[in-house]
Amino acid sequence: MMRIRTIEETIAARYPEGEMRTPTHFSIGQEATAVGVCAALKTEDAVYSGHRCHAHYLAKGGNLLGMVAELFGREAGCARGRGGSVHLNDPGVGMIASSAIMGETIATAVGTAFAFAMDNRPHVSVTFFGDGCVEEGIFHESMNFAVMRKLPVLFVCENNLFSVHSPLYLRQPRDIPIYARAQSYGMLAQQVDGNNVEAVYEAAVKGINDIRKKGGPFFLECMTYRWREHVGPLFDTGQGYRTQKEIDHWMARCPIKQASETALSRGACTPDQIKLWKNEYQTEVEKTIQSVVGLPFPDTKGLLEGTYS
Amino acid sequence: MRKLKYWEAISEALVQCMAEDKNIFIAGAGVDDPRGIFGTTLEAYRRFGKDRVFDIPNCENAFAGIATGAAVAGKRPVVVHARDDFMFLASDQIINLMAKWKYMFGGKNSVPMLVRGITGRGWGQGATHSQSLHTMFAHFPGLYVIAPAFPSDVKGLIISALHGNTPVLLFENRACYQIEEEVSEELVPIPFGKARVVREGKDITIVGASLMAYEALRAADILKESGVSAEVIDPRSIRPLDRETILASIAKTGRLVIADTSWNLYGFTAEIAALAAEEGWQYLKAPVRRLAQADCPAPVSKPLEEAFHPTPLSIVKACQSLMELDVDLRKPLTDIQEHFQGPY
Ligand SMILES: Cc1ncc(C[n+]2csc(CCOP(=O)(O)OP(=O)(O)O)c2C)c(N)n1
Repeated sequence: MMRIRTIEETIAARYPEGEMRTPTHFSIGQEATAVGVCAALKTEDAVYSGHRCHAHYLAKGGNLLGMVAELFGREAGCARGRGGSVHLNDPGVGMIASSAIMGETIATAVGTAFAFAMDNRPHVSVTFFGDGCVEEGIFHESMNFAVMRKLPVLFVCENNLFSVHSPLYLRQPRDIPIYARAQSYGMLAQQVDGNNVEAVYEAAVKGINDIRKKGGPFFLECMTYRWREHVGPLFDTGQGYRTQKEIDHWMARCPIKQASETALSRGACTPDQIKLWKNEYQTEVEKTIQSVVGLPFPDTKGLLEGTYS
Repeated sequence: MRKLKYWEAISEALVQCMAEDKNIFIAGAGVDDPRGIFGTTLEAYRRFGKDRVFDIPNCENAFAGIATGAAVAGKRPVVVHARDDFMFLASDQIINLMAKWKYMFGGKNSVPMLVRGITGRGWGQGATHSQSLHTMFAHFPGLYVIAPAFPSDVKGLIISALHGNTPVLLFENRACYQIEEEVSEELVPIPFGKARVVREGKDITIVGASLMAYEALRAADILKESGVSAEVIDPRSIRPLDRETILASIAKTGRLVIADTSWNLYGFTAEIAALAAEEGWQYLKAPVRRLAQADCPAPVSKPLEEAFHPTPLSIVKACQSLMELDVDLRKPLTDIQEHFQGPY
């Protein structure tokens, strides 16, 4: 989590320089869902994400240089500078795809699970999506299919209470939590504190066990919160769609702070070690950025390349 | 007359029409938020409040149907998509129902409504956030499709849409938002199917859809320096199409260049070229030239994005291929989106 946070904060700090010309949705504040779930996965398990995909990509083991180069529009980017921040992918480590149209990758995750099931491959397919995607038809159509075909899908809804500037309570029924709607499809489902990485991890392990034992999908709703603006590197308190009090409340429940405190209290690490890790990550990301800046842009001669296979 | 920017003209048209007709409402994700769809719905929200300007859940297809149902029951919905790419999700309701309603149900009721889709451009918005869907939707009978480049036109056409009884899809290119010109303070409708001759000329006709009408004007400025007089036509409405104005222009100039913000194949440029081939061939002194986006999804990386879009210089180059022309094409030209950094 600390690595992801350090990487994203460094990128956010450099974003205003104008070298990363790609609309960027930061995961800062939501790292525990990505890390908790991905820690429960094997390399062969498939992960799909949406527009807010940095944390998922990194947690699944996505190549850092590939991500940074993609943000800087370089040929060495994981999508060769064609896809941008919202299309991170690294299939070699099971990070199959991310997409900027809401809900698309819910269906593709179901499809990958379908392929696993057809071939009796023992993997699970995970889809990360926001609470906003729950309103789209594709969410319901995909859940229904996954249930009917008993597919090994782990649905992970990162409920950060907002869709851009629109609060959840104005968009969906207040009294029926999202996971309960998944239950109504006959799916095993659970809500978890998405800022508590251990809780997320345990829930994901349980979910994957259930998928393996009982067959059929599992639904995990992780309650979390986005710290920065919807898209872009800034804080947006002044915008008026949420209060500073609410932001403070969630920042006080920072997933990294919580995990560090727990680790320290158990004597699993020392404050010095934490500092050391942080420095290590800082050096790693700065070195990566430095090397990426020296890499070439795509050659315009290759503009059409890759449109067809 | 005072000048307005494109986005201000949209806002003014909506506000004035809403003041006139209480059945008009504006719905869409973010229409009531602090940014108000790049400013275009802010004033309407301030004036008419949340009963008539309201946020909706993320449900593009359902809402296209909901709006259709409201329209046949007497309302005049204005549905807004912050990116027209999201209209792909609504395209079943738009194409299979809204467009065909009048015809399919024997003409019993109309579907008066306006769907606004904004075409993203600049800052690497990429493959799924910068497509212009005017030609795709114009394929289907039953819809009016408009994509004007200039502020007075967008105002006049919105007025026609909100006075009429046909479903209208409006495509607004994000790069047009800063274009400024004099706009009437009155409610003056501009009819569908009437092109605007943006600049008169006698040597060559350039027809540009959406932003390309503006880029064609910039191209015409460059051409003028080398003594070539280009006529620039903005069709404003993609369907119905003003064939007469385009044919009359070809009859005058004998040369035709067509530019579009979408793709060439099966698109707007193909339609205009077909018009020239079918009905204007006797006027042509040279082949028709077409310019559009490169034949691939929109890339993100800056050099690729720059190579992807047609520009005033590529329009000039196309003109150059049709006539003796001495222009220095290496002359630097600022991209219309040069200083754009969002909000997207
Ligand atoms: C089909 C579609 N409609 C609208 C959008 C514009 N949009 C991008 S992100 C977003 C909100 C997404 O909210 P949520 O799914 O909760 O994810 P979060 O941004 O909170 O992580 C919206 C409306 C889109 N990308 N795709």
